[in-house]
This record gives sequence, C-alpha cells and structure tokens, in this order.
Amino acid sequence: MAALPGRDEQSVTTDSGIPVAPVYTAADVAGGPQALQERLGLPGQPPFTRGPYASMYRGQLWTMRQFAGFGSPEETNARFRFLLGRGQTALSVAFDLPTQLGYDSGHDMARGEVGRVGVAIDTADDMTDLFAGLPLDKLSVNFTINATAPVILATFLVAAERQGVRPDQLTGTLQNDILKEFLARKAYVFPPEPSMRLTADVVEYASDRLPRFNPISVTGYHAREAGCTAVQELGLTMASAIAYCAELTGRGLAFDRFAPRLSFHFATTLDLFEEVAKLRAARRLWYRIATERFGAADPASARLRFFSGNSGTTMTAQQPLNNVIRSAIQCLGAVLGGAQSIHVMGYDEAFELPSEEAVTLSLRTQQIIALETGVTRTADPLAGSFFVEHLTDQIEAAASDVLRQIEDAGGAVRALEQGVPQRWITEAAYRAEQRLASGECPKVGVNVHVTGEGSRGIELFQPDPGIEERQAERTRRRLAARDRGACAQAVRRLERDTAGGRNVMPALIGAARAGATVGEMSDVFRQAFGEFREPSPW
Amino acid sequence: MTRPRLVLAKPGLDGHDRGIKVIAMALREAGAEVIYLGLRVTPAQIAAAAVAEDADAAGISVLSGAHLPIAEQVLAALRAAGAATPLAVGGTIPARDAEALRRLGVAAVFPVGTALPDAVTGMLALADPEGA
Repeated sequence: MAALPGRDEQSVTTDSGIPVAPVYTAADVAGGPQALQERLGLPGQPPFTRGPYASMYRGQLWTMRQFAGFGSPEETNARFRFLLGRGQTALSVAFDLPTQLGYDSGHDMARGEVGRVGVAIDTADDMTDLFAGLPLDKLSVNFTINATAPVILATFLVAAERQGVRPDQLTGTLQNDILKEFLARKAYVFPPEPSMRLTADVVEYASDRLPRFNPISVTGYHAREAGCTAVQELGLTMASAIAYCAELTGRGLAFDRFAPRLSFHFATTLDLFEEVAKLRAARRLWYRIATERFGAADPASARLRFFSGNSGTTMTAQQPLNNVIRSAIQCLGAVLGGAQSIHVMGYDEAFELPSEEAVTLSLRTQQIIALETGVTRTADPLAGSFFVEHLTDQIEAAASDVLRQIEDAGGAVRALEQGVPQRWITEAAYRAEQRLASGECPKVGVNVHVTGEGSRGIELFQPDPGIEERQAERTRRRLAARDRGACAQAVRRLERDTAGGRNVMPALIGAARAGATVGEMSDVFRQAFGEFREPSPW
Repeated sequence: MTRPRLVLAKPGLDGHDRGIKVIAMALREAGAEVIYLGLRVTPAQIAAAAVAEDADAAGISVLSGAHLPIAEQVLAALRAAGAATPLAVGGTIPARDAEALRRLGVAAVFPVGTALPDAVTGMLALADPEGA
C-alpha cells in the first residue's frame, strides 16, 4: 500500500507531535502489567485515570449542555426551552461581549456587540427574565463568564432568590478562570493580580455557601483553540489550577475545603486516540498534583471532573455539512475520555451562531452516541490498549514538562505577564496554518477533495439588528424605576469592600439586589484595579 | 518598491486574535512592515495609526459578528482623518454580509475559509495596486 500523502514512515506523529509506531505491543506499556495497574486503578478510585466515578455512564449519562445565548433574555430563554424540549439535560449560558467585559448595553464600547455572541445581561432583572419559568433548584446552569464572573454570579444569586431557591440548592458551573483569558480567550479586563483576587473571592464564597455549585472551571480549551497542542493544553491547565489553589491556600483556606468543587474544561478535537489519552492523563496528573503538592486528604479533592467542548477551529466554512461528522467523532472522543458534560459544536458555526436546526443536530449527536452505540456500557473501554496506555503515559510526561517550563518562568501568573505561553500559542497557530496551506495537514473540502461549492445549502441564523436599542431602552427603564439612594449606598459598600481587601461577593449581591447594573459594578473594579494591556505578541 | 506598510487591528470587543496574528506573521514573512495595534482598538485609534504610520493599507479582524457596524465606524474614522487607506475586513463573515461590506467601501473581504496565501496576496495587492 502506498504511504499516506506527505508522510513517510519516520515522521508519523499525533497532532501534538508524539511519534506513533506502526504497531504497539505489551512491550510498549512501561513497567509491565502490575505497574500499569497501579497507574490506572479502578474507575472511581485513585489515581482516577479510568474515570471519576465507579459506575461511570451506567450510573449516570454525561450532562448534555449546549452552549446557548443571543439577543435579549427572552430570546435566550426561548432557545433554552427549545433545547430542553428536545431532551437537553442542563443549561449553558453564552453572554454577549459587553456583559463579559462589564459594559452596559447603552455604553459606547458596546456598539455593534449587544446580543451578538450571547445574551445581553445588564441587571439582576435581566437575569431573572433569562430564567423565567425555568426552575433553578432543578436545572444545572453553566456560565461562560470570567472577568465579570463575580458580578454575574451576584445577579444569578439574586435571580434564584426571587424564585425562592436557596444558594445551597443551586447546581452548575461558573467558568471564572481568568488566567486563560490572558492566555488565549482575551476577555480580560483587570490586571492579573487583582483578577486572581476576584476569582479566589468567588471560590472562597462558594466554598461556604454553594456546596453543590462548581465556582470555577479551569480551562485548557481556549489555549487549544488559539493554537496550542493537546500536550500544551494539559500542561497550561494544570499550571493555572496550581496558581488558583496556591492563591486560595495562601488565604488560609484548607485545600480540601474547596478542591472537591474545582472543575475542568478541555477541548476534544479530531485526533481521537490522542484526545482520549489526554483526558485520561489529565485525571492522573491532577491526582498527583492534588495529593503530592497540596496534600489532599479527601479523595474528591484529587478526582478531576471535566466538561468537554468540541473544537470550533476544526469546523470548516467549506462543505459545512462535513462538520456534522467532525462533531460526532469529537463527541465520541469526549465520551471515551470520560467527560461529565459535553457541548457539541453546530455545523454552521464557522459562519454564525447556530441555527435551531444545527443545535438540534448537535444535541441529537450526543443522544445517538449515548443511546445507540453502546459505548456507555462499560467504564473506560480503551483501558489496556497498548497504544492508548503508551500515549497516556507519553502525554502525562510531556505535559509535566510543559508545567515545569511554566514554573521555571515563575508560575502561571508571571509567565503570562511576560507573554511566554502566549508566544507558544501564536507560534503553534502559525505552524498549523502553514501545514494547512502546504497540504501537509489534510483537511477535507479545504486542501483535499475540494469542490468549491462553499456554504450552499445551509440556512444561517439571522440576528436581530434592533436588539441594541431595545436592550438599552429596557435598562434605561429599569434605572428609572430603582431606589437611587439604596442603590448608591450598595455601590459605596462595594467600593469600600474592594478597597479594604474584603471578599467582594456579599457587597456585590447587595448591589445587584438594589438594581446596580453590571457596568456600574464592574466600574467599581475598573476604578480600583485599572485595566490590563497585553504585552506585544512578538 | 519599498516594503509595504500595513496597519492591522482588532476593533470592537472580540478577543479572537489567532487569525490576525497568523496573518501578521505571514505578511512579515512576505516582506511587509506590519504594525499590529492589538485588541479593543477604537476606530479613531486605527485611523490615527494609519495616518501616523503612513500605511499603504489597513486590515481589521472581527469574529463576533459585529463586522458591519464596526467596519462602518472605521471607514468613517479614516475619512474623518483624511486618510485614503484601503481597508480590508476579515472574520466570520457570511456571504450575505461580504457584499454589504464592499458597498460600504471596504476594499477587500477575507471571510472564514480564506486560504492563508490568498489573504497575504490580497493584502499586498491592496497595499500596492499597481503590483510591484
């Protein structure tokens, strides 16, 4: 048989560059069967390589959580109901960029961006409308929010309170991972140091009041989407996790008080075996970090749970229906890797927010894999594969090297301030694009099997151009209706607590309850902390 | 000819900068002088940089879907600054909007799916329409 185009026998590697042999045998699994058994354990048991829970999907399927949000709270509420009506099992809120960056809908900086990539939330009233008729004591909700995470959590707690739901009943996840914003996603506002304080304030507050809620999701996904490899993704995620844990334990909070509620978020892309191996390696690496560095006594503190989003950058504008197949393979990878919740990308997301048809198909992809393929019948079905175990070991070792490089640069915060990992990501992205242009990396419909038919045949989502004015007007009405004295007093308390180094959550909740806007609350932090400018990428 | 001078920027609030950084690197490799202004740059800052740097062309990248209002503001800012700098727009731009951008006065549109060499050739052609 002819060799694959562009590859000779010597240069076959995984996507992150780990050499792949033509065949694997027992000799490739380091240390023999007994050593392997120690590296694996059983599902639900240390070192959790095989999964966080003993019964895995036999006990409970993963949470099907499509990321959704656009326009006004009512429009997004309707999309939530649409998804729940088709069998989705939890919610995941996408916020527009002004909300993510702490600008109200009428702000100059918000022009053109209101309701575009997510829902516009200006007040706790908006948050209340977002969940109208959706019981927050029963539905788990994920919030992709970072720089303004404490502000948005405050509006959510007020919305829950108005539903009569207590904080200890709430389930879900706040992304609240600011380091990966500096690294890759770039929706930062304040400089790294005060940002770390806000992140830790949320986790500390939640460790007391929100026992069923994940107050952070330490995320490698965006660094991966921005261009880095699976190995770098894992190493960078662990570096961030260590930085957060050090910040929290540095406040005197015991590791076992907050660590069981830490959650993680990884990308799952198309190199199926590498992705499964990465996810297995992630659990083992976290177990080692939690026990060896932080002295975890509670096994739950060392048990990594994660959300998987499949990769938007693998989606192509050319021949967009091919993306359905890409999504299915990535979803399967997340399942074989033992994910706790999954989002599947819409086939039209190279162009627009997903249409109703596209999000339905994403959800159906998850349901077909869950219900028709039988892959859920036993935990960690690829365990013991010579190749997968070899790769799991290789990725764990290589990611540990990445972690060491970050620590040599002074840890996650210092490395980011110097732009070290940002440069790795940019360089990796450039190499990937060159491989695509040269055909070295085959992409069906893009550089092989090209037909030039473009996006013909798919219906795109049509955003509403009137949203900006409608949302700004809605907020103006709400500002007019609030008790101005009470609101000003609540904002002054937030200013005092911010300046005084106290946990900002109680004052934020008071301000949100009094009708302060996301912009007003964020401005308190802007005044106190200033804004971050990224160092040059070159 | 002298090296083409190009101003690149991310206006609006969108932080997806993978594409524009890759294009900046490729343009540099192709011999251009690239001035990358970074994230959340205002239309006025882009226009001021185009004038101050005596840019042969400017390029903006928008992946939030806000390309139409943002391109309109950047074009207005360039006009207000008296700059005749041709403007290119790249990003997640559906076909229905590519035509609308050209009608606004955008000189070149590089929608998602544009091959890297095509984006580089397109930017260099904008900078030097005579084709050196």
